[in-house]
Formats: sequence, structure tokens, C-alpha cells
Amino acid sequence: MAAQLFSAILVIIVGVGGCVAYFWGANRLLDIVFPSRGVSGGTAVDNLRRQGLIRPWLFVGPALIILIVYLIYPVAQTLYLSFHDRGGETFVGASNYAWAFGDREFRNSILNNLLWLLVVPAACTFLGLIIAVLTDKIWWGTIAKSLIFLPLAISFVGASVIWKFIYEYRGEGQVQIGLLNAIVQFFGGAPQVWISLPFWNNFFLMMILIWIQTGFAMVILSAALRGIPEETIEAAVIDGANPFQIFWKIMIPQIWGTIAVVWTTITILVLKVFDIVLTMTNGQWNSQVLANLMFDWMFRGGGDFGRGATIAIIIMIAVLPIMIWNIRQANKEMGGH
Amino acid sequence: MAQASGKSAGKSSFGRFGVHLAVLFFVTVWTIPTLGILVSSLRDKDQIIASGWWNSFASSSQTEAGRLPAASAQVEKDGKFVIEGNLFDPPGSREISAFGMRSQAPTEFPAGTVAELKDGVTLQVNADGTFVLASPTKFEGERGQRVYYAASAPPRFTTENYETVLLSEGIGRSFINSLTVTIPATVIPIMIAAFAAYALAWMKFPGRALLIAVVIGLLVVPLQMALIPLLQLYNGVGAFFGVPSKTYLGIWLAHTGFGLPFAIYLLRSYMAGLPRELMESARIDGASDFEIFIKIVLPLSFPVLASFAIFQFLWVWNDLLVAMVFLRTDADQLVLTARLNALLGSRGGDWEILTTSAFITIIVPLIVFFSLQRYFVRGLLAGSVKGG
Repeated sequence: MAAQLFSAILVIIVGVGGCVAYFWGANRLLDIVFPSRGVSGGTAVDNLRRQGLIRPWLFVGPALIILIVYLIYPVAQTLYLSFHDRGGETFVGASNYAWAFGDREFRNSILNNLLWLLVVPAACTFLGLIIAVLTDKIWWGTIAKSLIFLPLAISFVGASVIWKFIYEYRGEGQVQIGLLNAIVQFFGGAPQVWISLPFWNNFFLMMILIWIQTGFAMVILSAALRGIPEETIEAAVIDGANPFQIFWKIMIPQIWGTIAVVWTTITILVLKVFDIVLTMTNGQWNSQVLANLMFDWMFRGGGDFGRGATIAIIIMIAVLPIMIWNIRQANKEMGGH
Repeated sequence: MAQASGKSAGKSSFGRFGVHLAVLFFVTVWTIPTLGILVSSLRDKDQIIASGWWNSFASSSQTEAGRLPAASAQVEKDGKFVIEGNLFDPPGSREISAFGMRSQAPTEFPAGTVAELKDGVTLQVNADGTFVLASPTKFEGERGQRVYYAASAPPRFTTENYETVLLSEGIGRSFINSLTVTIPATVIPIMIAAFAAYALAWMKFPGRALLIAVVIGLLVVPLQMALIPLLQLYNGVGAFFGVPSKTYLGIWLAHTGFGLPFAIYLLRSYMAGLPRELMESARIDGASDFEIFIKIVLPLSFPVLASFAIFQFLWVWNDLLVAMVFLRTDADQLVLTARLNALLGSRGGDWEILTTSAFITIIVPLIVFFSLQRYFVRGLLAGSVKGG
């Protein structure tokens, strides 16, 4: 352990030191090759211009290389692989896609994913909004917010263990140590094996993500609510609006943009969520989703890269509209900057 | 938090009480799950399965079986053959509420009663565990009488589970692995992103607008896209240089790559908001971009650097997918999340192991979260998009 820790520290020093050495060294080199001080005026101007051409690339260079290797090239390569067989060598046309849409498990994953996409972002945004509005009204709101925000720091695997404990099942009449079954049994119901209940188990898995993400929605929406000018609300109060009218007709329209951001962010997250399904059911009992199915095919039977890549591409296609919208939105905001 | 009076509009009809109650409800629902594993991780492992954690402060009752001493322990007393003793060692550590002779009816007789068994044999088991087995005829046989009883134990809290998990379930080792993965994977991208963000915010060069658009586009690229090609790339590089393909260096760089778009996006928007005069006056004084960045922009950007650091730290620490693809799955490199996932498979019902391990995996994020919440929220509000 000590040796391992030592090597980790060493690598941090080497890695960070390497970064520092690169940035400092490259910039120093540029100053030496094209000096702008201690040379004649004309040369200095020329050299400054040359520095101005080169230096930005010294700054963005490392980032650019890493982005290309780790994100841009893989997108292209995954697209390429999705048209090839399991080893990635023989071109097979669209047969992976044909397989996907003919496969019962894949269609089941798509349906489950749609269910997740309908429920989770909506539930998180809705609950987040309600909690944001309510906590703004009370003196211990900040503490309450912190506690609801807290699950955001917990890993999906950790959260899965936490909830698996809540869903723990014992036979009828036995002492239940799972909270949910204990409550059900207390009210005279029969305990259930929640995570293998067909169809409904999806919701018990979604609950975990909702539990984690509501805090995120709450924080963002709470900030947006605080940004609403007080005059508009006061005016509505004077006009005799009731709290629900104020909420729906005054507050909601003003934070509509933020709601959209929260919604889309959680939507993207839902498409990629893999850990919860892996740890809770690993896709058994009809709870499979695309991200987990993709992971599954990456390693199933030694790995089918063609099918895995195809599923990744389908996830990507689902994200694409959001990506385009994001870029447009950002371009609009940056305007002339 | 002091709230503006305008926000409390409608106080009267909502009812202040109702608001408090509603918030209390949400807080309870959101806190109880975590509380459950924390309490359970500190309980005695037999008590975890004997009663729900919400009962952990009450005595827990368990049905157990024991065997009375064999015939050799008998003494003759008042014309009867008697075997006496105590079921518990040490005596009095538990309390018996009922006992029985058959597994179908383990609590047939309340403690303290004299139960009539066949052939005139009587058995009395008291609450403190003492028993008297008496018979008019001599006891025979090598094996003693089997007895069932419901015993309640006082609540017992212990850190034994933590010792077990840290030392023998490999959690301690994985904890170090997680740190080994997380720290460099947090520090390296900050540096690279900071320089790039400065260039994208304050330096003029062709293709800058395109680069910004690319970064924003990459924000939402699903991680899944990168896995297969990178796995192939790593295998190729590993084979070419004759080194293992699954290394810490590989995962550091992967996390750096996946974290970069968000880092650049977050840092760039912050740096672009710094006052222009600051840079211009420094430039007039003859400072180069490198000097401006190091001496002015970097110190001023501390809050946003901190918030990205927290994001990246939490993201890498909590990651399972990248670690499962790019690290080996033996004890050597298994990180906490992967170990916890493996334990769910191998130690399915052993809740003392699972709850304790889960709590250890979340303790670091919780500490980071509570101590640096301010920066975390700031980052959320500035970015509010994280590919994760």
C-alpha cells in the first residue's frame, strides 16, 4: 500500500510537473526564438506578431490533442465499427442496425429507456421545483436543501446499495429488514420482491436516480426563482392572485429557460446511466437499458464491438438534438464576444 | 437564509405549518436511505438480520437453538435426575422470553414455566438462561436434549464491520486504488483546461469560434462512444510497446479527456467575464500572455478552479464505467465502486459487509461535499451541464 501510494504521488508530481514544464518551457522557447525585447523595433514588431500566431496553439495544443484522441476520433471510429462485424474487420453494412431493431432485448431496452426519459427528468424537475419553492419560505431552508442535495455526492453504485437495502425482501410474515417491505407489511400488505416485479421494477430503479438528481434540479431552479424580480410578484399579489396563480402564471414562465436546461441535462444523464441497472438487476427481469446493454455487448462472449458500437451510436443519435440545441444556444449567448 | 418579503406571498393561505411539514417530509424521505446504511454499518451483524435498522435502539429478538448437556452431566437430587446449567456464556448476556422443544414451535412456553415433556420429564428455562431439566428416570445417551428459545439481545453498536471490511474484504486496498485514480485525474485536466480556456477567452487566433463550438458539442457526447475505440487503442499501444494495456496512466488520461470539455467550458466562461482593462493594462506594461495568465488570470480564477476540481473529483471517485473498462478487475487495481459492485454479487445478503462498504465509498465524497459545498453549487450554477 505504501509503495502504491508512493507511486501515485510520484506520478502526480511527474504528471503535473510535466504539464508545468511543457507550458513554461514551450512559452520560454517561443520568447527565445522570437524575442520581442532587446531587439530593434522592426524585428520586435515582427516577432510579436509571430508570437501572437504561435502562442495560442501552445496554450490550446495539449487540450486539442486530448480532445481529438479521447472524444473526436472515438466518435468517428465507433461509427465505423457499427458497420463492421464483431472483430471490427469485415464490413457488414447495416446488419448490426438490422439486428438491433429485430432483437427483443434491444427493443425492450429502448422501451425501458423511453420510460426512464419520460419519468426521471420530469420527476426530478417537478420535485426540485416544489422543494425549491417551499424551502425558500422557511428559516431552515438552507439546511433542508443541503440534506436533499447530499445524494448528488453519492456514487450510483453506493446509491444502489442504499436502495437495495430498502428494497430487501423476506418471506411473508417474517421480520422485514427492508424499509419498504416493513412499511407494506405494517399496513397489512404482502411483501414484494420489488426489483424483479415485471414492469414496475423499472420505477424502483428510477427512484434511485430521482433521489440523486432532485437536489441538482432544486439548486438550479432555486437560483432561478431568486432571480425573479420581486415587483412582478408583488404586482400579482396586489391584483389578488392566489399562490397557485402566482406560481403557474408568474414564476414558471419566467424560469422556463432554466427548467429546460435542467430537463435536458437530466435527460442526457438518463441516456447514459448504466451503473444503477448494472448493480441492481444487470438487466434481468426486463429492466435492461441501452447503456447497460452496450456495456454487456462490449464484453459478452469475448466482446462484440460491432453491436456494442451500434448501441453507442443509437445513444449518440438520441443526444444529437440536444447537442445541436446547446451549440446554438451558446452561439447566441456569446454573440460578438 | 433571509428571504425577501415578496417571496412569502400567499403565506396565509398556504399555511406556514403546511410548508414546514412538507419540507420536513421531503427531508425525511431524502435522508432516511443514507441514515439506514450508516446505522446498519455500526450494528452487530446478527442484529442487522434480526431486526430492521429503525429498531436498532430496541432489543432485538432472535430465535435460536441450543443443546443441553449430555447425560453425563446429571446429578441425582431428591430422587430425581437433574441436569442444570446456563444456556449463555457469559450468563445473563441475553434475555429469554420463551422456549420450546420442537423447531415448529420454538416459543411454546414462556420463560420461567415448567414444561412437561414426555415420560414425566420436565424442563424449566428461565429468562436469564438458567435451566433445570429433571426426570424420574436416569438420563441416557451421548447427545443432550435440543432446545429452542427466543432470546433478545440488548442493542449493540460496534466498529467490527469496518475492521472486517477494511482488512479482509479488500475495501482498504480499493480505497487506496480509488485515491490513486482520482487525484491525478483531477489535477491534470485542471492545468490543461486552464491554459486552453484562457486562449479561448482572451487570445485571438483563427478557428477559435469553431473550437468553442466543438467543445460545447463534446459536452454532451455520451461516454459510451469513446469506450470501444479507446479500448482498441489501448490494446494496440500496449501490444506495440509490450506493456499492459490497462494501466493507471491510461485511466488518468481517459478521465482527463472526458472531463476536459466541461472544464474548458466552465473555465472559459468564467475567464471571459474577467475585466478587459486588467489584461490590457498588463499588456501595455509588456507582459506576455503567459505572464498575464500565470500572474493575473490564474489567481483570479481560484473559485472556478475549485469548483471544477470538486466536480472532477466526485465524478472520478464515483465512476464505475470507465474503471470497469480501463482497469484490471483483480484486487490490484479494483477501485471502490467496482469493489462494491463485486461485493453485491458475491456477498449479496451480507448486509453488514454491504452497508459498511457502501458507507466507506461515500464517506470521502460526503466530506468533500460538505466542506466545499459553496464551490460545488457555484460550479453547478455556472455550468449546469456536465457530461456524466
